[in-house]
Amino acid sequence: SCINMIRFILIQNRAGKTRLAKWYMQFDDDEKQKLIEEVHAVVTVRDAKHTNFVEFRNFKIVYRRYAGLYFCICVDVTDNNLAYLEAIHNFVEVLNEYFHNVCELDLVFNFYKVYTVVDEMFLAGEIRETSQTKVIQQLLMLQNLE
Amino acid sequence: MPTVSSRGDAMRGLAVFISDIRNCKSKEAESKRINKELANIRSKFKGDKTLDGYSKKKYVCKLLFIFLLGHDIDFGHMEAVNLLSSNKYTEKQIGYLFISVLVSSNSDLMKLIIQNIKNDISSPKPVHVNLALHCIANIGSVEMSEAFGQEVPKLLVSAHASASVKQSAALCLLRLIRTLPEAMTYAEWASRVIHLLNDQHMWLTAATSLIHTLSQLSPGDYKGCVSLAVSRLSRIVTSTYTDLQDYTYYFVPAPWLSVKLLRLLQCYPVPEEPAVRGRLVECLETILNKCQEPPKSKKVQHSNSKNAVLFEAINLIIHIDSEPNLLVRACNQLGQFLQHRETNLRYLALESMCLLAGSEFSADAVKKHRETVINALKTERDVSVRQRAVDLLYAMCDKTNSEEIVAEMLAYLKKADYAIREEMVLKVAILSEKYASDYTWYVDTILKLIRVAGDYVSEEVWHRVIQIVINRDDAQGYAAKTVFENLQAPACHENMVKVGGYILGEFGNLIAGDERSSPLVQFNLLHSKFHLCTPSTRALLLSTYIKFINLFPEIKPTIQNVLQNNNQLRNADVELQQRALEYSQLSSITSQDVLATVLEEMPPFPERESSILAKLKKKKPASVQVSLVGCFMCKDHATMSVLLNHIPVWVSLTPYLSPTFASVQVRYHSPILAPSLLLQLYHRPFPTMSLVFTYFDCAFNLFMFKNSGVLFENALIQVGVKCEFKEQYGRVGLFFGNKTGNQLQNFAAAVSLGPEHQGKINVATQKEPPSQIDGGAQVQHFINLECISMFSGSPNLQLRYQHSSAPQQVTLKLPVIINKFMEGVDMNSGDFFSRWKQLGQPTQETQKIFQARHPIDTEAARTKLTGFGMCALTNVDPNPENLVGSGIIKTKTSQIGCLLRLEPNKQAKMYRLTVRSSVGEAAALICSMLEEHF
Repeated sequence: SCINMIRFILIQNRAGKTRLAKWYMQFDDDEKQKLIEEVHAVVTVRDAKHTNFVEFRNFKIVYRRYAGLYFCICVDVTDNNLAYLEAIHNFVEVLNEYFHNVCELDLVFNFYKVYTVVDEMFLAGEIRETSQTKVIQQLLMLQNLE
Repeated sequence: MPTVSSRGDAMRGLAVFISDIRNCKSKEAESKRINKELANIRSKFKGDKTLDGYSKKKYVCKLLFIFLLGHDIDFGHMEAVNLLSSNKYTEKQIGYLFISVLVSSNSDLMKLIIQNIKNDISSPKPVHVNLALHCIANIGSVEMSEAFGQEVPKLLVSAHASASVKQSAALCLLRLIRTLPEAMTYAEWASRVIHLLNDQHMWLTAATSLIHTLSQLSPGDYKGCVSLAVSRLSRIVTSTYTDLQDYTYYFVPAPWLSVKLLRLLQCYPVPEEPAVRGRLVECLETILNKCQEPPKSKKVQHSNSKNAVLFEAINLIIHIDSEPNLLVRACNQLGQFLQHRETNLRYLALESMCLLAGSEFSADAVKKHRETVINALKTERDVSVRQRAVDLLYAMCDKTNSEEIVAEMLAYLKKADYAIREEMVLKVAILSEKYASDYTWYVDTILKLIRVAGDYVSEEVWHRVIQIVINRDDAQGYAAKTVFENLQAPACHENMVKVGGYILGEFGNLIAGDERSSPLVQFNLLHSKFHLCTPSTRALLLSTYIKFINLFPEIKPTIQNVLQNNNQLRNADVELQQRALEYSQLSSITSQDVLATVLEEMPPFPERESSILAKLKKKKPASVQVSLVGCFMCKDHATMSVLLNHIPVWVSLTPYLSPTFASVQVRYHSPILAPSLLLQLYHRPFPTMSLVFTYFDCAFNLFMFKNSGVLFENALIQVGVKCEFKEQYGRVGLFFGNKTGNQLQNFAAAVSLGPEHQGKINVATQKEPPSQIDGGAQVQHFINLECISMFSGSPNLQLRYQHSSAPQQVTLKLPVIINKFMEGVDMNSGDFFSRWKQLGQPTQETQKIFQARHPIDTEAARTKLTGFGMCALTNVDPNPENLVGSGIIKTKTSQIGCLLRLEPNKQAKMYRLTVRSSVGEAAALICSMLEEHF
C-alpha cells in the first residue's frame, strides 16, 4: 500500500520479555507473538558495530539499545531511518524525565502510564508531538487530574 | 518496588498484585496467583453492584495486566465500557486503554463505545476529547470511520480547539481515511487543511503527515500545500537554534517537521512558479551548507537529526532530478560519509547513492567512488552494509566497469553471507547479460557462477542462460564446448548438469567433430552424472538422450539400452518411468522424419523481459535500478510479456503418435504457467494450432465468479479490483500499485466503451485518478456503472503511464459482465417447472452438450452457479445429480428472467446445459459463458 507509517513499536528486554507493544496495524494475536519473537531474534544478535537498522520481512526495524532494553520501531523500507532513531531517543528522554531516571521496573509497574506517554508522542503510526517540554507539561497536567 | 505508591493516582492493589506475580518462582505459581485474582475480580464484578469507580478502574487495570502477560480475558469488557462514562479522567483513561488493547473492532459493545466516544468528543474538556480521539485512532475500524469521518475534520480546523486536540484530530483523521478513504470529502476541507501549514504554533508534524496522505489520495485538491510547505521549510532552515525553542532538538531546529515537509514535497513535481522553485532550491542548498559547518555538539543526537534532514533533502533532490548542481553536491556529501566512522552513516550513504546512480546528472559522480565501495564489500562487518555495497555496485555498473564489478562480485560471492547469496547471483547474472560485449564472457561468467555458488543459482538463472544460448547462433558452439569442459570436473554442481544436458542436447553436434567430445563421449559424460542427480534433473537428461538419438543416430542403440533399462522403466518415479517408456517407444516406432520433426532444435524464445530481472524485482522492488534498455535479449517489452516467465519446455509424446500431432502432451513444471508454455510450444513446430487464450484471459474468466482479486500484473504495475453490484448499479474499485521504486508518471486510467456497449452501459467516474503513482505506492480509483440494457463481453480499461520516461499502455477487460447484474431467485419445484414451460418457444432456449472440463461434482457446480449470480435450487429437479438455477438480470430498461438446467452424464463425462430466458439472446449468452466452466 501507499503508506509510510510506523507499523509497531516494541520495547523488549534482553531475555525477550515485552515491556511495551503498540500496534498500528491489525495483527491477530498469534501474528503479534510471532513478530515479537522474530524482532527479538533479529535485534539481539547485533552489536554496537552494527547499524541501528535491520531489514525485517518487507519492513525495517529501527532500534536502539538502552541498558537491557531494546526500543524498536518497525517502519517501511523507504522511510527515514535517522528520524525514527532520534524519535526513539526523544521518547526515551521523555520517559526518563517523567519517571525520574527510568528503569525497566518503572515500565512494568506503570505500564498503563507508558501507553499515555506513547500516545502523546506517537499516534496512528505517526509522530505526534516532538517537543519534550510540551509532552512533559501535558503529562504532568494529566498526572494531577483525578 | 519503585516509588509508584508515592504518586497520587497510584492503585496500591495493582502494585501489590504486580509484585506478587514477579515474586512467583514458577509458571505454576504464577498461574495460581492469576487464577486467584481472576476469581476475586469476577466475584467483585458479579456481587457488589455498588462497586465504586476507583475499584472498577483498579480491577479493569489488573485484567489488562493479566492479558498483557499472555492470558485470555473473557470478562470485564462491560465494566471497562462503564468507566468511559465516568467524569474522572483517570477512570476514563483506564477504560479507553482496556478497550484500545482488548476490544476487537467487531465487538458487540462497539455501538456503546461509539456512543461514549461521541459524548467525549464534544466535551468541553480537551483531555476528554483527546482520550476519545486517541481511542478512535487506536482502533480505527470501518464503523468508526463512518461515524466520525465528518466530525473529526471540524475539530481539526476549529478556531477554539487547542493545539493538542488538533494534533490528535489530524492523526485520528489520518487513521480514519486509511481505513476508509471515502470517509471524508477531500475537496471540501482542502483549503482549510493546507492552511494549517501557516499556523504559528509548531505542532505541525502531525498535520503534515495528514496532508501528505491527503495529497497522495487526492493530489489535485491539495496541490496548494506545495508553496506553503516550501515557505514553512524555508523559515525552519533559516532559523537559528534558539528561534524555535521547544522544537529545537540538540541544536537542530524542528528536525522531524523538516523531514515531514521534505517528504510531502516529494508527492508533487517540482513547483513551476519560479519564486517557489527558487526558494525550494535555496532551502536545499542551505541544508547542504549546514552539513559543512562545524558541529554545534559532539553528541550523536545532533549529527543524527541534522543528517535525518540531509538524507531527506537528498531524496527530494533526486525526486526533482533537474538540478545538476544539487545532485553533484549531494553525491560529494555522501562520498564523505562513505568513509565515516559511524556505521549508520556509511550504510545510509550507500543506500542513498544507489538512487543517485540512477540520475543522468549524478551517475558519473557516483562512479568515482567505485574503489571505496568495493573496499566496503571486503571490509564491512555488518552484512546489511555489505549488502548495500552490492546494491550500489550493481546500480553504478556500466559498460566501462562491468568486467571489474562482476569480477569483484564473483570473488565476494565465495565468502558472502548465505542470506544474500541468491540475490547476488541474480545480480551477477543480470549484469553479465546486460553488459556482455561478447558471449564468451557471458557464458563463462554464468558457468563460473554455477561453480562458485551452484546452490544459490535459481531456476530462473539457468533457464535464462539457456534462452540466450538458444537465441544466439554465435554463442552456441562456444557454449557447448564450455559446458562440456565444465562437466569434466570430478564434482560438478547439479545445475551444471542441467545446463550441460540441455545445451548438449540441442547443440552437442557442434562439438561432435572433435573426437575428444564425440557423441559417445558426450553421452557417457552426461550419463556418469545421471545416478547422482535428483529426479527432475534425470528427467531432463532423459530428454537430452532422446534428442541425442536424433542428433547422433550412430549411438541410438546405446541410448535405447539405457532407456529400456529396468532402472528407468520400473523406476518408482512415475515421471521418469513414463518418459523412459515414451521416449523408447518414440525412438523405435517412428520414422526418422517424424523423429527429426518432433525433436527439432528448439525455436528461439520470444524476446521478453529477463525472468531473472523479474525475480530480482520481486525480491527487492525498490532497489532495482537497472533499466532494461540495452539488454540484448529484450529490446522493447510488450507489457504483457513480463509475467510469462519462461520455463524450458520438454515435449513428451504418447506412444501412438498420430501424424497430425493431435495428441501432443506437454509437460510443464508449474500448472499456472500452462498458457505461456502453450504459447511457446505452438510457436513454431506446430504452426497449424492457433493460440486461443493468454494468461490474463484465463485470470479474467475467473472474475465471472468472483468480485475481487488481481486483474493484471506486470513488473511495473499491479491492478487489483474490488466490485460491488446491486440491481442495475455497479461500483468498481480499482487499486493501482506501483511495483517499482520510481514514480509512474502521466498515469491515466479510462474506461472505453466499444460500439457494442454504447448506450448499454453508463459509466461515471467521481474523479480522475492521480496523474502520478509514487514508487511502491498504491492509489485507488472508483468507477460507477449503470447497466441500461443487456450487453455481451465487457468494457475495456485503458491504462497509460510513463516509467523512466518510457510510455506504457495496457488494455484490460474490466470485470463488468452481464451476469454481475443478475440476482438469484429462489422458487419451489412447482413454480420452476411452470415457468420453464412458459418459456417453451424455440427462440427462448439454448442448449449445448459438451465434454466436462472438470471432474463432475455436483457441489462444485452448485458453488460455481451461485458465484455466477443464480440461485441454485434444491429439491426441484427429480434427479438429484441435475442442477437447476434461476435468476433475474436487472437492467435499467428491463428485467430478464433466466432459468438453467445442467444435466451431467457421468459415464460419458459429458454435460447437457439448457438455458431458457424471456430474451433469447440472454439464454444464448449465458449458455456460451458457462459451457467452458463445468
